[in-house]
Amino acid sequence: MLGNHAIVEGAIAAGCRFFAGYPITPANEVSERMAQRMPEVGGRFIQMEDELASIYSICGASLTGTKAMTATASSGYNYMQEGIEYAVAAEIPIVIVDAMRQRGEIYPTQSDVMQARYGAAGDHEMIVLTPSSVQELFDLTFEAFNLAERFRNPVIVLCDMTINLMHERVRIPSPEELKVVNRKKPTLPPGQFMPFRPEEDLVPRMSELGDEYRVLYTLNPHDESGRISYTPEMYENFYNRITQKIADKTDEIAMYETEFTEDAELVVVAYGTEARGCVEAVRMARKSGLKVGMLKLKNIWPVPVKALKDSTSSAKTVLVPEMNTGRYFHVVREFVGCGAEVICVPKNTGRIHSPDEILSAIRRFS
Amino acid sequence: MEHPNLKYVRGRKLPHMFCPSCACGQIMDALLFAVDELKLDINKMVAIGGVGCSSRIPAYLDMHAVHGIHGRTLAYATGIKLSKPELKVVVLTGDGDCASIGGNHLIHAARRNLDVTVIMDNNGVYAMTGGQVAPTTLSGLYTTTTPRGNMEKPFDICKLVETVGGTYVARWTTAQPAALIRAIKQALLHRGFSFIEVVSQCPTIYGRYSLGIADPVKNIEYLQQNSVTRAQAERMSPAELTGKIVVGKFVEKQLPTLEDCYQEMEKKVAGV
Repeated sequence: MLGNHAIVEGAIAAGCRFFAGYPITPANEVSERMAQRMPEVGGRFIQMEDELASIYSICGASLTGTKAMTATASSGYNYMQEGIEYAVAAEIPIVIVDAMRQRGEIYPTQSDVMQARYGAAGDHEMIVLTPSSVQELFDLTFEAFNLAERFRNPVIVLCDMTINLMHERVRIPSPEELKVVNRKKPTLPPGQFMPFRPEEDLVPRMSELGDEYRVLYTLNPHDESGRISYTPEMYENFYNRITQKIADKTDEIAMYETEFTEDAELVVVAYGTEARGCVEAVRMARKSGLKVGMLKLKNIWPVPVKALKDSTSSAKTVLVPEMNTGRYFHVVREFVGCGAEVICVPKNTGRIHSPDEILSAIRRFS
Repeated sequence: MEHPNLKYVRGRKLPHMFCPSCACGQIMDALLFAVDELKLDINKMVAIGGVGCSSRIPAYLDMHAVHGIHGRTLAYATGIKLSKPELKVVVLTGDGDCASIGGNHLIHAARRNLDVTVIMDNNGVYAMTGGQVAPTTLSGLYTTTTPRGNMEKPFDICKLVETVGGTYVARWTTAQPAALIRAIKQALLHRGFSFIEVVSQCPTIYGRYSLGIADPVKNIEYLQQNSVTRAQAERMSPAELTGKIVVGKFVEKQLPTLEDCYQEMEKKVAGV
C-alpha cells in the first residue's frame, strides 16, 4: 500500500469522518484517496481554497463532534500554524499530517521538527508522532486521533516524505483489535456544565455544536464557563493547564523501540525514516562486536525523556543522525545530560543516511 | 422590565465592550429581533465571528458561538455545515475581517453557495486597532495609515458577492433598522449563501477622525442622507453616486446549495 493511502486508512479506522485539504506534493494522494473514501464511510471530503481554510474547516467539523483531519507538506504547514494556535487554545481535537519536503523542492527532509513543536504562537505543548514505515503511517495516524481526542489537542503526524510516496506491505488490524478513543462528553445538565473546567487529568469534557450546552469557543483568555475574561491568575492557570495536561503524561504518550541498549556504550537515537538505516547499521556493528544500541523514537514531542535517559544510561556516546542541519540533536543533548557525549550526525542532501554511513559514524566514535 | 432580547444574551450579562453609540449593539439587536420573530431554536444556531469590533458580537450571544481567528469565519462555517447541515450558521464580521483578510474565503463560500448567513458590518475603517485604512474607506479620507489621504478606491463587496455566486445579497445601513431586521429575517430563511452588508457608524474613530463628524446622531444622519435606493441609483451618474450608499436587495434566487450537491453525490454512492 502507498504510504499516503495508509494514512487515510488509519484515519478512517480511528473514526475520521471529515477531511479538508489543499493540493500540495507530496500529500496529494491523501486528499485523492479521502475524496474517494469519505463518501463510502459516511464522511465528507472537501478541497478548500487554501491551507488556512483547510485547517479552520477541520476545526469547525471537530466542534460538531466529527473527527477531522488535514494533510499538507512543509510550505503548506507554515500556513496552518495559525489554525493550530486556535485549536490549542480552544482545545479542539484535530489531526494534521505534515509530509516534510525541502523548501521549494520535493526531496525528503526532517527540517520541520522544531516548527512542529513551536510553530504556533502562544504557550502550548504539542504531540508530534514520527512514523518510519508505511505500517507506522497507518498505526500512528490511528494513534494520533486517539491522542487528539484524549487530550483535546491538535496532534501532528510528521513524516519525512519518503514513506508518503513509498509502497510497503501493511497489515490492517480488525476493528476488534483497534481500541478507538473518543472525547469525554458532558455528564452534567446545561446550566451546571462548565465547558472549560478540567477534570483530574486536566482535560475538560467536550460538548458539540447543536446540543443544549451552547458553548463559546475562543482563543482569548477565558474562564471555566468559556467567557472571555482576564485576570493574571486565570491567564496563567489556563496556559499552565493546557501545557501540563500533555506534559504530565509524557511517559504515557512516549512511543519508541530499543535494541541492545542495556549494555551499549554507544547509542544511536533517530526518528522517522532515518531510523531505518540506523537500525541496520547498529545490528551490523553488534555483529562485529561493538557495544552499540539503538533508540528509535516514534514520537518526538513531548520529549520522551525517560526513554532517552534509560536507554543511554550506560552510554559514553550518543549519535543523533538527522536529515537536516541538526535540530533534534539539541533536544537529545539537553535530556541525556552530562553522562554521555552527544554527537550531531546531520545529512541535508535530500537523502537519508545509508546504513554504511551510520556504520562508519559508529566506528569513528566508538 | 428587561429588554426582550436580553434572553438571547450569554448569561444575560451586559454591558458589552463596544463604544457608546457603536453600531455593533444595533446589529446584534437587529439579529436578535429577527431570531425572536422567526422563533428560531438557539440550540441549533451557531454564531461565528473573526476578529474586530463586530466579530466580537458572537461572544455575547447565548447560542453556540465561535469567536475565531481574523478572517477565517467562513472556513469554520464550511466545516460546521458539512458536518452538521441542520445547524443554522450566522457569520458576524466586519469589512476588514470579511473583505480584506477573509476575502478569499468569502469568494469561495459564496461560489459554493454554502448555506450560511453573513452579516458584514462595514464601518469603513479598522476601528479596534485604532483607525487604519480599510478596503472600504472612501477615497481621499484620512486614517492613521493614510496621513495624506486614501489613494485607493473603496470596495463594493455586495457586487463582489453577487458576481461570485451569492444567492441573497442586500445592503442596508444602521439608519434603516426596520429594513435591516426584515433583510436579516429573509437571509436567515434563505437556503444558500446570504450576504447582508450593513453600512454603519463609528463615531469614535471613523466619524470623528475620517469623516469629521464626532456627534453620533449626526453620523447616523450622514448614513441616512447618503443612502439612495436602487431605483434612485439607476437614474444617477457615476459622479453623482460617489460617496452614496446604494441600499436594497440586489439578489434573491434559489440555486442548489453545497449541501444539496453533496447529498446528490452521496445518493449515487449509496446506489439510491
